[in-house]
Amino acid sequence: MSARNPEYDFKWCPGCGDFGVRRALEWALLAHSEKTEQPMSDNVIVAGIGCSGNTVHLLEGEQPFGIHGIHGRTLPIAFGVKQGRPRSNTVVVAGDGDFLSIGAEHIGPAAQRNVDVTCVIMDNGVYGLTKGQASPTTLFGTTTSSTPFGKIEAAIKPFELYLAHGVSFIASHYSSRPRDLARLIEEAMEHKGFSIVHVQSPCTTYNDTYDLLKGNKKAGIAPLVFDVPKDHDPTDKDAAAALARRSGIPLGVIYREERPTLEDRQTEIRKKARSRTSEEMVETYAV
Amino acid sequence: MGTTDLVVRFAGEAGVVTSAESLAATAALAGYHVQTYATFPSQILGGPVHTQVHISTSPTLSDGDEVDVLVAFSEDGFNRHKDALVPGGVIIYNSGEFDPPKETPSFGLPFDEIAKEVGNSRASNMVVLGAIAPLANFPVQALKDYVTKRFTRGRPGDEQIVEANSLALDRGAEAGRKSGFSLGELDPPIRPEYEQIMITGNAAIAVGAVHAGLDFYVGYPISPATTILVWMEQNLVGEDRFAYQVSSEIESINAIIGAGYSGRKSMTATAGPGIALMSEGLGFAWMAEIPCVVVDVQRGGPATGLPTKTEQSDLFACIHPAHGDAKMPVIAPGSVEECLYAGALAVNWAERYQGPVILMTEMQQAERSQNIPRPDLSKIKVESRRVYTGGSNGYQRYEADEVGPMPIPGGPGAYVANASEHDGIGDTTHLPIRHIRGTERRFNKLKLLNDSPFEIENPDATIAVMPWGGSKGAVREAYLKLRDEGVDIGWIYSMALHPLPQAVSEELSRKELVIVPELNYQGQWSSLLRADGHKAKSITQYTGLPFMVSDLVDWIKQAIEVQKGGKVLA
Repeated sequence: MSARNPEYDFKWCPGCGDFGVRRALEWALLAHSEKTEQPMSDNVIVAGIGCSGNTVHLLEGEQPFGIHGIHGRTLPIAFGVKQGRPRSNTVVVAGDGDFLSIGAEHIGPAAQRNVDVTCVIMDNGVYGLTKGQASPTTLFGTTTSSTPFGKIEAAIKPFELYLAHGVSFIASHYSSRPRDLARLIEEAMEHKGFSIVHVQSPCTTYNDTYDLLKGNKKAGIAPLVFDVPKDHDPTDKDAAAALARRSGIPLGVIYREERPTLEDRQTEIRKKARSRTSEEMVETYAV
Repeated sequence: MGTTDLVVRFAGEAGVVTSAESLAATAALAGYHVQTYATFPSQILGGPVHTQVHISTSPTLSDGDEVDVLVAFSEDGFNRHKDALVPGGVIIYNSGEFDPPKETPSFGLPFDEIAKEVGNSRASNMVVLGAIAPLANFPVQALKDYVTKRFTRGRPGDEQIVEANSLALDRGAEAGRKSGFSLGELDPPIRPEYEQIMITGNAAIAVGAVHAGLDFYVGYPISPATTILVWMEQNLVGEDRFAYQVSSEIESINAIIGAGYSGRKSMTATAGPGIALMSEGLGFAWMAEIPCVVVDVQRGGPATGLPTKTEQSDLFACIHPAHGDAKMPVIAPGSVEECLYAGALAVNWAERYQGPVILMTEMQQAERSQNIPRPDLSKIKVESRRVYTGGSNGYQRYEADEVGPMPIPGGPGAYVANASEHDGIGDTTHLPIRHIRGTERRFNKLKLLNDSPFEIENPDATIAVMPWGGSKGAVREAYLKLRDEGVDIGWIYSMALHPLPQAVSEELSRKELVIVPELNYQGQWSSLLRADGHKAKSITQYTGLPFMVSDLVDWIKQAIEVQKGGKVLA
């Protein structure tokens, strides 16, 4: 909404991975809307607080609805949006700080309910807006402004965490191949249930990991990213766990499970329950 | 001429809740006015519990200070409550459990043994109620009618249950008659001409909210608000209705914001600790202008505090829950009957001004069961927000100085509901003019909330008493006693504490002194009144218990004497 809004003064740094993720999200929204024959206004983007959350203001083209809420609470807000209006394609955009630190308590309930919400997580391994503090995915030993002697906590392992909670669609990618990323996000939107696309989205100012991710032959750096092997069966949880534990960053779908969503179960209950008017409710208290 | 009121207290561990509910239901069925009070510790079984039933020939205002009959199920219950007995009162004790000192005005019955003898070990409550009846000449037949009504459920074995319970009543009544005690004759009921319902405060809030169109509820279990969650899970069901237990109060507030944004009428209920956790979310709802309702069923605080006791100490936290410049609309009903109208008003207000509304109630009122006039729902108006239906995108929802139509996903007018300061379409901005206009807009909208009920009586008096919330009934009873005694004092009451109706503000500003009885240490409501320039002073109590009317009569007199510098009555 804000590409041409002169008042909006937020800027991503040149080279920020979030540019690529934004582009991929725009493509995925268009493709998904076209495929489902739903208008763009049926999409609701729920943004976290952090650099990545600004995606909601920077989308180009026809605008979806948006919420830019409070830090760490994208999932509870998205839960309300989706249960409040099940037709909405509800998409969370958040960073590793918002989603995996302050907001981590909400991943479990969302996964256990299998709420039909798609999350696009932009992981840059650092708190960018507050200028470079360690985040849950910052590697052990890394020096940041809040870890001047090196980070003394182990980095969180997002894929193992997602698997343990029972997230029913887990994918991994990075920001430098937006076309592929867009297809993956679209697949996550199509998935019935709780889906997370976890994207490596480097911060060029505080944690520039482009060389690490892509590799740099001249500098003798082997790439961290690798395509998910063709023979990987994402419906096999053991195989998914093995892939999640493998070092490096897989590109593709790690895990997929078809099971009823919360919306499905609610529909079942609605069939059984008898809806009463307020007048009928009052009658049950008659003396 | 007999007595007009009968107060029965049940003390002990097990059985006190059922006994009180049965007695109250019987009395209501017979045509009396009743209200109950219950207090219990936060544990599944046991611990000191007591319940109280106030039966009257006229509408009840308080729990009743003076206990006419104390039923002691255990020695602990006897010891804790014997001093509440009015002179001339009677104690009925469970002689299967203990014996009180000889000089006590009491008689004993082995409650459980008699129940076993009549063939239903669960009928001990009816032994108790049977024993109470002859003391006040309360008709045993009314109790039998109740038993028949309650246990005729179309199940095999109903007849035997009714029979055993009737026998239990007879056995109790026989013991009551033989005891030789009498409390005088309770006047026959003056059956109200209007239809009645018997309902608790929490259920009344729920029914009122649903009547106003509430269709989305989430909550997290917390005493004493849990009964609203349970009610919603059972009743807010069917097509286009949603009720769900979520994982925390943080999730509750953000989920109802998400649902409110999606076009639903949404609500959650919690207690003080939950309000603390919802603080940031309430600021978000205020900032992004999302309709939603939060019910605070107050308990004792701070922190975990007194989870099952009553207090009115969350007012500061409810009126200013959020950081930054925000002040929530607060509705605080003062009776079970008002709870129903407040539930509807809260939803209506949220829809009208497009923002969060807080409904404050408290433990004593939440679990209070009372027979009230059956509400005429057709007279309660139902409001829904104006929805944006304009043709094109680019709608500036936040541009005007007042509230405008709200876009809903799926329709036109895509915007960002932003917790950061924003421009007309919801994009983040830091321009001073935007923060000035946004802040003023958010406060200006409160002017739309100008239709809450209030009461002003004896406006010529220079001193007035002004209760708020669940203390209203006890203060009302004290006020009426003082007026009967000839004390010149005015009455001011407002169901909404923010914004106050204009007429209430004007009345307050005319007073030399406004006395505010409230159940907290700081005198929270009088502090807020003083901040608004009124001359207000609190009478405080912070015991975790409701006010006693007799205390209020004394304390209000003292407050008047201090102000006037002499006795209130020559």
